[in-house]
Amino acid sequence: MSTKEKKIRVLIAKPGLDSHDRGAKVVARALRDAGMEVIYTGLRQTPEQIVETALQEDVDVIGLSILSGAHTTLFPKIMQQLKKKGLTNVLVFAGGIIPQEDVPALKKTGIKEVFGPGTPTTTLVDFVRNHFSKSR
Amino acid sequence: MTESASVQQLVQAVLRGEKRAIAKTISIIENNEPEARKIVSLIYPKTGRAHIIGITGPAGVGKSTLVEKLAKEIRKQRKSVGIVAVDPTSPFSGGAFLGDRVRMQDLSLDEGVYIRSMATRNGFGGLSRATKDAAHVLDAAGKDIVIVETVGAGQSEVEVIKVAQTVVVVLAPGLGDDIQAIKAGQMEIGDIFVVNKADRENADKAVSDIRTMLEMNTEEKGWKPPVLKITALTGEGVNKLWENIEKHRAYIKTGALHQQRRANAEMELIEALKQKITDSIIREMRQKGQWIEVTEKILARQTDPYTAADNLLKQRLKAPDKSQPEGG
Repeated sequence: MSTKEKKIRVLIAKPGLDSHDRGAKVVARALRDAGMEVIYTGLRQTPEQIVETALQEDVDVIGLSILSGAHTTLFPKIMQQLKKKGLTNVLVFAGGIIPQEDVPALKKTGIKEVFGPGTPTTTLVDFVRNHFSKSR
Repeated sequence: MTESASVQQLVQAVLRGEKRAIAKTISIIENNEPEARKIVSLIYPKTGRAHIIGITGPAGVGKSTLVEKLAKEIRKQRKSVGIVAVDPTSPFSGGAFLGDRVRMQDLSLDEGVYIRSMATRNGFGGLSRATKDAAHVLDAAGKDIVIVETVGAGQSEVEVIKVAQTVVVVLAPGLGDDIQAIKAGQMEIGDIFVVNKADRENADKAVSDIRTMLEMNTEEKGWKPPVLKITALTGEGVNKLWENIEKHRAYIKTGALHQQRRANAEMELIEALKQKITDSIIREMRQKGQWIEVTEKILARQTDPYTAADNLLKQRLKAPDKSQPEGG
């Protein structure tokens, strides 16, 4: 593959009903500054909307941000539907307010990593970059 | 499976309108992957059916919001819609923040709508290099209407006329001097003008400013661009926009369309030639190691970019490709 013009495409999505997206925007900005193409869809997205957007935009990565506590219901739904649509190669990570004890179950659904508050953006950028330097 | 068989399969899936295939195909073209040329050549004969609408105008006038409302209006007629929304690539990081979908949330689960966000990458004039081909892919995939939304554009971002059959220039009240500023570029390309945010003060003034500008047009054309007042946020007036797009479509069908398509075909050929020639010269220079050498000379002010380009071109014309037959 000629990789010269290939960019990593990332969907930053906020599932559920919370109305704060500063964290999501900070992450979006950091990934943009790292040379990635970041698609942001705004607040209150359903799992269906997120998966459909990921499909149409042919993204390589999905970052899910959630503060409302609904991650244990919404995230597995998203992961199931990704599988159903055949989007199994997409790297999914999550961030926001997610208790440590929930993390193992979320990872079992296919979410690669969960980042808590205070994570330096460089950690995120490295995480995404490393994933693709290995697989490409 | 051989590569060309998989390309054939992919293109067949695009022609059936399969979303995953459309998504992959646009990525391949956008990334200029090796199969891109082949795919474009297979898809091209299947295009020309969709009506392509270009939406352009300065940043912040409400283009994305208008696109969402227009798409909804079109869906009322049970026509399918493809949208290509372009946002700028950062010249510093090469990354991009593509936020047009924020205003198009209501469309994301409509089976009859396909939205693709694109960054300008190395494109110019308000579009990316692959925008036109992405519109072609959506056309071939059977979308009745394709909407191309440019980046927030000012004077010289007029590339959209090479892609779209109907160009809508969107402005807003209070741009005042900006209307003056854009009269040389964008004011010349609009088939339809929209004054969005018409619920704001001075909307009528903006309309009459644009009308005055259009009156001054000395060139006699069969189509007089209408100027419409719209409030995209509430959807007020969007039906008038669709009516006028249909009128314009009917108008160009009377003959102007053929002329326009011919001009577009010519421009597409010129673009393709430019790209081929530039790519081949750069490749050769890199192979011979000249690229760095010449760059360094320009950097050291020993020559200027134009002289350097002249010399390179002369060299190349003197030493034609050995594989090519002589003469001609």
